[in-house]
Amino acid sequence: MTVTTAPENVKGDAATPRTPGNRWHSLTAVLTRVWLVPVAIVAWELGTRQAESFYFPPPSAIVIRMHELWFSGPASDLFLTEEAIENFGPSLGRLFTGWILACLIGITLGIALGRSATLYDYVNPIVEFARATPPPALIPLFVILFKIGTPMQLATIVYTVVWPILINTVDGARFLDGTYADTAKVFGLTRAQRFFRIILPSAAPKIFAGMRVSLSIAVILMVVSELVGSIDGIGYLILFKQQSFDLPGMWGGVVLLGILGYVLNASFILVERRVLSWHRRARQTT
Amino acid sequence: MLDVVNLRHTYGEGPKAHQALGGIDLKVSEGELVCVVGPSGAGKSTLLRSIAGLIKPTEGHIRIRDTEITDTPGDLAVVFQDYSRSLFPWMTVEENVALPLRRRGQDRKARRAAAGEALNAVGLAGATGKYPWELSGGMQQRVAIARAIAYRPSLMLMDEPFGSVDAQTREDLEDLVLQVRKDHRMTILLITHDIDESVYLGDRVVVLSKAPARVAGELPVNLPFPRDQIATRELPAFVHLRAEVGRLVRGKEHPAAPATEEENLADAEDTSRSGERPAAG
Repeated sequence: MTVTTAPENVKGDAATPRTPGNRWHSLTAVLTRVWLVPVAIVAWELGTRQAESFYFPPPSAIVIRMHELWFSGPASDLFLTEEAIENFGPSLGRLFTGWILACLIGITLGIALGRSATLYDYVNPIVEFARATPPPALIPLFVILFKIGTPMQLATIVYTVVWPILINTVDGARFLDGTYADTAKVFGLTRAQRFFRIILPSAAPKIFAGMRVSLSIAVILMVVSELVGSIDGIGYLILFKQQSFDLPGMWGGVVLLGILGYVLNASFILVERRVLSWHRRARQTT
Repeated sequence: MLDVVNLRHTYGEGPKAHQALGGIDLKVSEGELVCVVGPSGAGKSTLLRSIAGLIKPTEGHIRIRDTEITDTPGDLAVVFQDYSRSLFPWMTVEENVALPLRRRGQDRKARRAAAGEALNAVGLAGATGKYPWELSGGMQQRVAIARAIAYRPSLMLMDEPFGSVDAQTREDLEDLVLQVRKDHRMTILLITHDIDESVYLGDRVVVLSKAPARVAGELPVNLPFPRDQIATRELPAFVHLRAEVGRLVRGKEHPAAPATEEENLADAEDTSRSGERPAAG
């Protein structure tokens, strides 16, 4: 969005000038929302120190270990160590490649199914069955079908995360508003215009909801596939640290995945808000 | 230029079938503004949707400039009642107006210019970069009218275009339609349930009977131009025409009604079948 000329917005901006009092207000607002996080971490620290369990190292030990293992590299490598580069890269690569492939397949197929009643009737039972199959159950098959390593892992990720995107896209494309469709027909929009300018944007809110769900599932499947058959990746690291009794290292992997999932979701919401700002704001005004 | 012959349309089949149009004959000449009025549920929208090629009539012919219409005609624009769903909320006002122009083979620059010109004609020159939902209902309907103008259709269909706006806005938009029609020499078929509006805007008013709709009567409107919301409406001729149209809409017989005997009979039959359902004006 380049220019916003909404009078409401102009008024809104004018009504909230950046005064010290305001800044204080927003600071307390943030504090009231996140105060539980440091409290939980302190409780975790105290509890684990008290217990002195080998399996549950305190978070401070985990953070130190994470730093040692992965974030003490040279500045030229963004402080990443060799181990970090060799394992985070492939993990993220598989995650994004798998997710993007699933998005392309899911959206294309979803719109085709959503716009053709005949196709939908034929294919829907198959979709329902295929999506009910727990994807990890298919990992043994994928291991035989594809080479162990990236191809098999990609297959696992794509197969799993394509469903939420596909189902949501079908849903979004199927129930195109009648007047939208009439308008498109009356004004003789071309096939490409109908697809890119009408169907895709009107289904976009649902498609994005599916993509968001898929992104978090993709993280799970990335890890699962790395635990089963892999020679690198974050999931592999967790397994490797466990086998070498490096419990803080193992926990470090778990924490890293938590942060990764959180950051991915937050970034996605940020992008979604930008792309779908018309949707959010249109709903606010009507 | 528009020629509708014996148009019939039945929704559904078997005992649940609903005959909306029972044989409509209608002609609109080049440059004419014809208003179609009828009671609610009389199949007015069915008629419009048939002409726009959005539904296939069960029987009958529609011709535009002697060409039989089977699909949506290429040079026809529609202004729908539900402006909020007819404009696309993910596009700016300008993009909405320019969108159909690609088909006209204009490049981006020409499309933008045409959109700007049309928006200027409806008094929205300053709203090009806004989104439809940032505008009031009346302004959104202006955008829809601008889109129709920019498209340069040979026939503009309007389906209860002012049914969802307040009275003041409605009067403004009525005058806008008259202005647009004068400036752009448009042929317009406007559907409404508002008797006053039909007389105020039309060169001719066509009254439909209750479903299955037929033409219950036609009245030429010989009111002087330019029309004025206050002055025109207080003319004795206006008051008289309004009463005439009102009688036709309610299906009451009147010596002045130029409906044929057969049609009146059909109407009477219809009323007796459907009981004493009051016809909404």
